[in-house]
Amino acid sequence: MSSIKVKLKEKDIAKIQEICKSFDNKPGDLINVLHKVQGEFGYLPAEVQEVVAENLNVSLAKIYGVVTFYSFFTMIPKGKHPVSICTGTACYVRGAEKVLEEFKKELGIKVGESTPDGKFSLTCLRCVGACGLAPVVQVGEKTYGRIAPDDVKNILAEYEDN
Amino acid sequence: MANYKYHLLVCGGTGCKASESDRIVNMLNNEIRENGLSSDAKVVTTGCFGFCEKGPIVKVLPDNTFYTRVTPEDSKEIVMEHLVKGRRVERLLYVDPETKKHITDSKHMGFYQKQIRIALRNCGFIDPENIDEAISRDAYIALGNVLAGMTPEETCNVVKESGLRGRGGGGFPTGLKWEITRKSQADQKYVVCNADEGDPGAFMDRSILEGDPHAVLEAMAICGWAIGATKGLIYIRAEYPLAIKRLKIAIDQAMEYGLLGKDIFGSGFDFEIELRYGAGAFVCGEETALIHSMEGSRGEPTFKPPFPSVEGYLGKPTNVNNVETFANIPVIFNKGAKWFASIGTERSKGTKVFALAGKINNVGLIEVPMGTTLREVIFEIGGGIKDGKAFKAVQTGGPSGGCLTQKHLDTPIEYDTLIEAGSMMGSGGMIVMDEDDCMVSVAKYYLDFTVEESCGKCSPCRIGNKRLHEMLETITKGEGTMETLDKLKTLSHVIKDTSLCGLGQTAPNPVLSTMDNFWEEYLEHVEGHKCRAGSCKSLMQYIIIPENCVGCTACARNCPVNCISGERKQLHVIDQTVCIKCGTCMEKCKFNAIEIV
Ligand SMILES: Cc1cc2nc3c(=O)[nH]c(=O)nc-3n(C[C@H](O)[C@H](O)[C@H](O)COP(=O)(O)O)c2cc1C
Ligand code: SF4
Ligand code: SF4
Ligand code: SF4
Repeated sequence: MSSIKVKLKEKDIAKIQEICKSFDNKPGDLINVLHKVQGEFGYLPAEVQEVVAENLNVSLAKIYGVVTFYSFFTMIPKGKHPVSICTGTACYVRGAEKVLEEFKKELGIKVGESTPDGKFSLTCLRCVGACGLAPVVQVGEKTYGRIAPDDVKNILAEYEDN
Repeated sequence: MANYKYHLLVCGGTGCKASESDRIVNMLNNEIRENGLSSDAKVVTTGCFGFCEKGPIVKVLPDNTFYTRVTPEDSKEIVMEHLVKGRRVERLLYVDPETKKHITDSKHMGFYQKQIRIALRNCGFIDPENIDEAISRDAYIALGNVLAGMTPEETCNVVKESGLRGRGGGGFPTGLKWEITRKSQADQKYVVCNADEGDPGAFMDRSILEGDPHAVLEAMAICGWAIGATKGLIYIRAEYPLAIKRLKIAIDQAMEYGLLGKDIFGSGFDFEIELRYGAGAFVCGEETALIHSMEGSRGEPTFKPPFPSVEGYLGKPTNVNNVETFANIPVIFNKGAKWFASIGTERSKGTKVFALAGKINNVGLIEVPMGTTLREVIFEIGGGIKDGKAFKAVQTGGPSGGCLTQKHLDTPIEYDTLIEAGSMMGSGGMIVMDEDDCMVSVAKYYLDFTVEESCGKCSPCRIGNKRLHEMLETITKGEGTMETLDKLKTLSHVIKDTSLCGLGQTAPNPVLSTMDNFWEEYLEHVEGHKCRAGSCKSLMQYIIIPENCVGCTACARNCPVNCISGERKQLHVIDQTVCIKCGTCMEKCKFNAIEIV
């Protein structure tokens, strides 16, 4: 998995230490710690994992193993407006694939990538549980329901200026 | 709820929230205030009503008026007409698709008539963020009674007598599981609630947690008493932020009321509940994997035995049950094991919640007695197939299940009958498909999922399922042979027999069931290079119908690969060897002269 090189600031390291400490530095709480840390930084680059490893006293290999095992954790930063397409079964049978194709075409990126300007990233989700609105697309916190390929341009246009 | 003349219940489930139900609540409150009705009417944000297709939903009590597809802008009219003038807003009422009449009382909607709500008893009735509302509908009474007058053994026996079986998919008798864990000797034991809900296309557990979190907390405490555990853990998907928020609020409120925590009801029994978050791995729904994940490791399953009931979380006896299983428990104690056992069938007692989705008119959350037929669910409750298309298949059991067809429509829904029919109950996802769905593609979709979610620990699943996926890919491209079909079947059986955990053991089910029930469709792909549903791109062709073509050249001018030839006012022809099947020509032709075959 590719990763981004980052240099952590003192205060970032302190923040990670604080999160680890709030779980008493217990190795058993690794996943909870990673959730919190990713919530803070948006992603989990190798440098961040190193600090967690040191504090919980577990090997970096174990942390890397856990981060790559769970799809919720990511080692690359998301775009400013992360686009997630629900590909659960309900959305699949109501045409999610075509919507996904359209997003790929419009953004010029593949699933798991970000646009060069860092504005949008594209991921697939397994069922957000809003099957009544299938097919469903999320951009950041906002959920769009009953999307057809024709709507894609308009959705992206909402984020044109920022 | 008696103090107000009107209660306006607004669905605050994930689906309706996505359609701005929060703004509806705000605007209703504003209108009520402006009209001086604050002491007459109360707005309550509830959990899911189940009728997601027509959400957001606003239900007015006491008259049960059921407004559908409400927008924030409708709030004013609802308050002015319904509350001020006492007249229903006709245009927002649900219209019966058959009689075309407005239905005023939700009791008369076909959607609700065949349902019995046990696990969902409070969803859509109470504010899940207010423990008093739960208590007003009997929450924690069962826990109080159990702690006051029942031994752990008696508690297990009630669950055994009820006949309740696990709703997480396996259908293991719940009372028996409790008893095994009770009998395991240890200084510490655990109660775990499995809220990982991995089936893509299912939202039962999420809706229960969002709509009635106390039902699950109470049941976990009862289970703790029965097996001798003082600690409970809920393993929940991080993708369910709303359910997490409501659970946290519910735990805090229950602690504050002394319904969880130390010395509950003065009985000397302590019970605490903590949340643990999943991180997006389907296999973590499997109980041994789930336990490893809670311990902070990769969620890889391990061989059973030992079962978690004997050796689970941190090596201690652990009782794992599904959300819906737990949600049934308090009612069993309140109304009696006999009452519960009287609902359903001989081998499957009680009800089952299903998330009905796909090509069906009434997408939503339903709860029916065991033994209800698929036909009743799909056509009576579900309102039939969308856009008047023909029913083709119904998929139950998610990625572990199978596709059933027309001939199974009168099968009663039970654990055993569904397995006999080649599918399974699963956790409750039910996806309906119509004539436009290609069954080979559907099988491929599920394999896509399992290949991605396989933890990679054992080779039949890691490598075998990948091969199955490749073979399906070959078939959908029209490159498959009879030999591919043979191999597909043989390999499926090998994977089922040799995989380590339930994921691998059931992954080939969608393939086998579609091969059994839709064999002719596989044959058409292989022998005729045809996809009758028109969904396998490689197998379709755009052709020009000579009788309709007037030679306007629109198609040729717009084809991105210039593969259409023809003179002006002459018949045009598509060169199939070059066509990339983009569909542009069909869009551009104003004379309906291009069709897909
Ligand atoms: C691959 C796989 C995924 C599973 N996913 C879930 C799930 O999402 N939710 C669930 O409750 N049970 C799931 N189970 C079943 C659990 O292993 C376990 O049987 C269940 O949680 C026990 O609870 P119950 O007896 O109340 O059903 C899954 C099993 C397998 C093999
Ligand atoms: S069957 Fe699949 S998911 Fe289960 S242990 Fe083997 S590789 Fe992992
Ligand atoms: S656009 Fe239609 S009518 Fe015109 S040339 Fe093409 S096929 Fe014929
Ligand atoms: S489908 Fe696209 S590529 Fe094929 S003939 Fe029509 S316009 Fe050309």
